[in-house]
Amino acid sequence: MVSTIDSTRTQTRSAEFWQGVKATFPLVVGAIPFGIIFGALAVNSGLSVAATAAMSAFVFAGSSQFVAAGLVAGGAGAFIIILTTFVVNLRHSLYSVTLAPHMKHLPQRWLVPLAFWLTDESFLVVEQRYRQPDDSPYKHWFFLGSAIFMYTNWQLCTWIGIFAGQALPDPASWGLDFALVVTFIGMLAPGLRSRPVIACVLVAGAAALLLAGLPNKLGLIVATLAGVAAGMLAERGRATP
Amino acid sequence: MMTAQEALLVAGMAAVTFLVRWPVLALVSRVNLPGPVLDGMKFIPAAVLTAIIVPAMLMPTGSLEVSITNAYLVAGVASGVIAFRTRNLLLTIVLGMGIFLFWRWFW
Repeated sequence: MVSTIDSTRTQTRSAEFWQGVKATFPLVVGAIPFGIIFGALAVNSGLSVAATAAMSAFVFAGSSQFVAAGLVAGGAGAFIIILTTFVVNLRHSLYSVTLAPHMKHLPQRWLVPLAFWLTDESFLVVEQRYRQPDDSPYKHWFFLGSAIFMYTNWQLCTWIGIFAGQALPDPASWGLDFALVVTFIGMLAPGLRSRPVIACVLVAGAAALLLAGLPNKLGLIVATLAGVAAGMLAERGRATP
Repeated sequence: MMTAQEALLVAGMAAVTFLVRWPVLALVSRVNLPGPVLDGMKFIPAAVLTAIIVPAMLMPTGSLEVSITNAYLVAGVASGVIAFRTRNLLLTIVLGMGIFLFWRWFW
């Protein structure tokens, strides 16, 4: 990824904030259709307007919100959806591990909101900013700018999607249900370039098909764990040939 | 209006998501996750996405449907090829949706 951050001009709080906004712009553009699709999909999967908006406001984790909408449509119970949300969002703790050493000096009044606003997109640009060699003491303001921009956009797009979803009575007939599948394919397929990931995907896919009959989408969790195990085994096999 | 069940669902999702994001950041560098946990976590997104996509493509109505008339399967495979080659998420979504709608109309 080519850096678009001009570190020589970012030595004040507000300059850092606006640099964070600017660096996040392309990722915000990329997130717009997902927010709209989420809002439309969620209200048509049986979630109320209030619950859909609350999910974007309080959970703020796109892929897990998509999965939750899909699970609600499939009739899964709250416990399975919450457990699945945990599993889908586990990757965020990897982001936290990566960013934590740079944020040691920050008080909780910074750490709590920035942790809440941590997304794939903000992680990408903020990690890049922290890796730059200049000793600006306000790099967390860059994070804040990126996070607020992503959050505001996600709320707006969710509401647009809610209204669009209500205008289209049956999203299945418009192919909106496939939007979820194609979005996930678009996120997954470019990564299928190493043997461990391919092993992981083959095993998770086969297990998901075999276990599709399990109640409450339990097969999803078992298939995920099977895929993770396969990926780890394939990686270990390659490390010690 | 939100039902009590929905409020519980959103609160639970918000709680587990925050508990994934915040504690590691708060405990900062004093916490070192064991190597195998870190190794395994990087496969989770791919595994979860696959576990959702594969049944949605092959069992769109609940039973196995390996057929050229299954638009979910045909458009899904085409989208996978587009995404793999272009690495462009937006292009994949636009073309994938187009292929899906055309295929369903055609058959």
